[in-house]
Amino acid sequence: MFLVGIHFLNFRKNMDSRFRGNDLKKFCIRFMIEHILSSLHYIYPEITLLGTILTIIIADVFLSSHKKISFVIIAFIGIFLLATFLIQQQFSLNAIFDGMLTIDSFARFFKLLIIAAGAFTILFSLNSSELTTIHQRLGEYYAILFTAMLGMFLMVSATHLLTLYLAIELTSISFYILVGIIKERQSSSEASLKYILYGAFSSGVMLYGLSLFYGMFGSLEFSAIQIALIEGSTNPLLLLFATLCLLVGLGYKISIVPFHFWTPDVYEGAPITITAFLSVASKISGFALLMRIVMMFSEVKEIPLQQILIIISILTMTIGNLVALWQNNIKRFLAYSSIAHAGYLLLGCVTMGKEGLMAMMLYSGIYLFMNLGTFYVAMFVADIKQSEHLDAYKGLGKSFPFLSIAMVIFLISLTGLPPTAGFIGKLYLFSSLMNAKLVWLALIAVINSIISLYYYIRIIRNMFLRDEELPIITHNIFLFPQKILLLLLLLPTIIFGMYFSPLMELVRSSILK
Amino acid sequence: MQFTFLNIGILTWLTFLPLVGMLCIFFLPQKKSQLAKWITLGCTTIQLLLATIIYIKFDRTLAGVNSIEGMQFKEIFPWISINSTEWFGKISIQYFLGIDGLSVPMILLTAIISFIAVLASWKIEKSVKGYFSLFLLLNTGMFGVFVALDFFLFFIFWELMLLPMYFLIGVWGGERREYAAVKFFLYTLFGSVLILLVMLALYFSVTVTDAITGEKMHTFNMLAMMNPQNFENNSLLFGLHTYWRYIAFIALFIGFAIKLPLFPFHTWLPDAHVEAPTAISVILAGILLKMGGYGLVRIALPIFPDAAIHYVYPIAFLGFINIVYGALCAMAQKDFKKLIAYSSVSHMGIVVLGIAALNTQGMVGAMLQMFNHGTITAMLFVIVGVLYDRTHTRQISEFGGLMNKMPKYSALVVIAFFASLGLPGLSGFISEAFSFLGAFQTHQWLTIASTSGIVLTAAYMLWTFQRVYLGTLPEKWNSLQDISKRELLMLVPLAIIIIFLGIYPTPMLELMNTSVNALVEMVKVK
Repeated sequence: MFLVGIHFLNFRKNMDSRFRGNDLKKFCIRFMIEHILSSLHYIYPEITLLGTILTIIIADVFLSSHKKISFVIIAFIGIFLLATFLIQQQFSLNAIFDGMLTIDSFARFFKLLIIAAGAFTILFSLNSSELTTIHQRLGEYYAILFTAMLGMFLMVSATHLLTLYLAIELTSISFYILVGIIKERQSSSEASLKYILYGAFSSGVMLYGLSLFYGMFGSLEFSAIQIALIEGSTNPLLLLFATLCLLVGLGYKISIVPFHFWTPDVYEGAPITITAFLSVASKISGFALLMRIVMMFSEVKEIPLQQILIIISILTMTIGNLVALWQNNIKRFLAYSSIAHAGYLLLGCVTMGKEGLMAMMLYSGIYLFMNLGTFYVAMFVADIKQSEHLDAYKGLGKSFPFLSIAMVIFLISLTGLPPTAGFIGKLYLFSSLMNAKLVWLALIAVINSIISLYYYIRIIRNMFLRDEELPIITHNIFLFPQKILLLLLLLPTIIFGMYFSPLMELVRSSILK
Repeated sequence: MQFTFLNIGILTWLTFLPLVGMLCIFFLPQKKSQLAKWITLGCTTIQLLLATIIYIKFDRTLAGVNSIEGMQFKEIFPWISINSTEWFGKISIQYFLGIDGLSVPMILLTAIISFIAVLASWKIEKSVKGYFSLFLLLNTGMFGVFVALDFFLFFIFWELMLLPMYFLIGVWGGERREYAAVKFFLYTLFGSVLILLVMLALYFSVTVTDAITGEKMHTFNMLAMMNPQNFENNSLLFGLHTYWRYIAFIALFIGFAIKLPLFPFHTWLPDAHVEAPTAISVILAGILLKMGGYGLVRIALPIFPDAAIHYVYPIAFLGFINIVYGALCAMAQKDFKKLIAYSSVSHMGIVVLGIAALNTQGMVGAMLQMFNHGTITAMLFVIVGVLYDRTHTRQISEFGGLMNKMPKYSALVVIAFFASLGLPGLSGFISEAFSFLGAFQTHQWLTIASTSGIVLTAAYMLWTFQRVYLGTLPEKWNSLQDISKRELLMLVPLAIIIIFLGIYPTPMLELMNTSVNALVEMVKVK
């Protein structure tokens, strides 16, 4: 809502300077209010989110018992409404609030992914034993989860540098709290603090970059900047500097090298449900935003953005994969694996065209299922063995066969082997490179996936080839409903590997115009 | 030629029957897990029957290779179809199965070896259900590779084999099983990603016109990739003898060479073979290695004939190294199983040399050698397995004089050993002779040098025979039993095939002759 406020101020300033007379002022205000009201029509999903947040907060105050289950019910009613509004959304007028936000099918695709990730995270939270220590603050937990979702919703539809900044901040601040929500645990607070420090620094740098953009182009709107860029009358060095500053802010959000240092610590300290949410939703919404910016630069020849992206993506893949080889904590392990995946996703951006965009979108969709699945299994193993060490996986194949087989499929999919969905994702990413005649880059990428096999297979090896070392501490937590939830993640990972046309059709219809 | 049952083609049955078996095993109660063996045996028996039907009904006059009309038992269905996207074009991946003279021998081989491998796994005690479900999954992958004619489908089957094989070696293998399993996995994955990249490059280079809509579209159809007219102007792989085509051929070649395995990519093989349980060694040597050779003749040669001709000498040279180096390594081994593994390296070199001859004799020799090596090595590995089951050691130095103690077994050993060293009258001789005959026409000196491999093979085989089966029996083996009926059931059919094809190879030659001729013509024209 503060967005509306800022917009209001903006608009009035504009109008004030243009019109002096009192009547005109009145007319303008009326016109402006009408514009805002008509824009409101397009942000029903965001309004629903806000409503859900408020309802949870109010429920938290007034309910005395059955809190957990009522929050989940409220959350799911909210998510259901949200999804309904999103699916019915019209795209007749897509730039709303005077170009601050854009409502298009591209944004809708990512919003659907965010909702899916959010829904899974809430279901994970139901089963998480970590969260039992914070049962006093569950209301906050769910409310802030939705705030983060709201931030990401704004992020994927931002077409104005100011909205971009505000959306990133809203998301980040929500995550700072969520990461440190178990304040009784020292590592959690430490992670939160580290996250804040990194976040504050990078958003400062980004803000400086944004101010340079404003200085160069006199506008913060993407469309205006794009036009000015095509005309090409700017100082290339300054433009390069400003773009790099912007990349710092975004790069930290999507954890690409060299802005990845926070990732392992934060992933390790945060509750695993939040880690899962962070690694999927926050990452792919960051990528959606990056993609909008990259497309804005698609015809700019003055700065070597493509080369920069190529170098970053190679570094991200390689460093993520190589460092993951040495990890012994499952969360740190998955942190580096997710850094490597940021590198793969970045491959979709380097072609700076529709082919890469489509590949990236497809991969995001697939990544959602396989990565959430991996985290879900990791959460159970951490609960069963009370350990996050990779040794906890030893002998799991015998004691929990279904859980272990599911994990094998998720890991194989993360590696990118057929017949899983991860293969299709990689296939499209590599195809986009082949099509752009970047064969050498595709070669580096496939070599990286061989390296990744080596560490993913460590877990598989521990599960099936080794004997149990750590005792099973908690029995009976992986029951029928939990199995169903696991199947919900497992089936898409397999089915999209063999029959991916529905997902591809969705991507094709939501491509950025 | 068509043959369907319940409206589903015979090749689909052949390929996906094991998956049905796997599902059955999945729902088997833990108490009845022994039933998994019978389910698997049932599946492989039916596959053997289906393969026999194929053998009988197969039309020997049709060539296949690059003509869709020549493919038999074919099944074409649209599988994945996505309407035009700007860059990828209309995506249509077909479920395209079909066989010709190049694949039929491999299908027969796979059916026979799988059946024998099930018998060889009968003594498995450790998680029986898991073992046999993985075995069946592996089986699907193997048949799939030999019947798929759509590159995408081929690749999926090709990769499908990796994971079951990893587990089969890693869980049920010997002492250093983890190392061997990971090494196998990484090596083969490296090969397959190279194949993947070439597959994508081919996809973007080849366009065909849709018969119904008249729309231009890219395709994964292998047969379309073999026609140079389908390559789009200015695409990556357009033209003949271009830089990119050479690179693509080399990548494809390395991908298949790792599986074959060709020097210097062979080091995974001795480890995997030694650590794998007997049945899996049989499958590895009997079928998986053949996929490398099959990939070369099915994909690399017909799609890149120009590059194949350009690199024919280095390929032949690698074949020569394999023959001699493999034989020398085998001679130095103290472990019986490792010796057999290196003899595989040596014998697969003959396949490569035969293919590099690029004429009918050489190619027929290579194809036949693949079949014969499959049966002979399978027999050799079973022989080692029989010994290991009884003594729990494979050190050659610990044995001696087994011939008197185990006469029936030793008789079969004699057949396998002499077939392996290429004694006339046994199948190994025919294929080696053909390969060398063909290769001599193109690479005289290399072939002459390669024949030294035969001498070396004879040397290590006879030496091993002498050390293990002749001489005096160490006292600790005084209570050894001769082979059981189950083991006889594994070895005797293989022995019969070996002797029969040694005397009368025509049935096998007939199967592949037309196709091989067509392939040679295709390559020569370039």
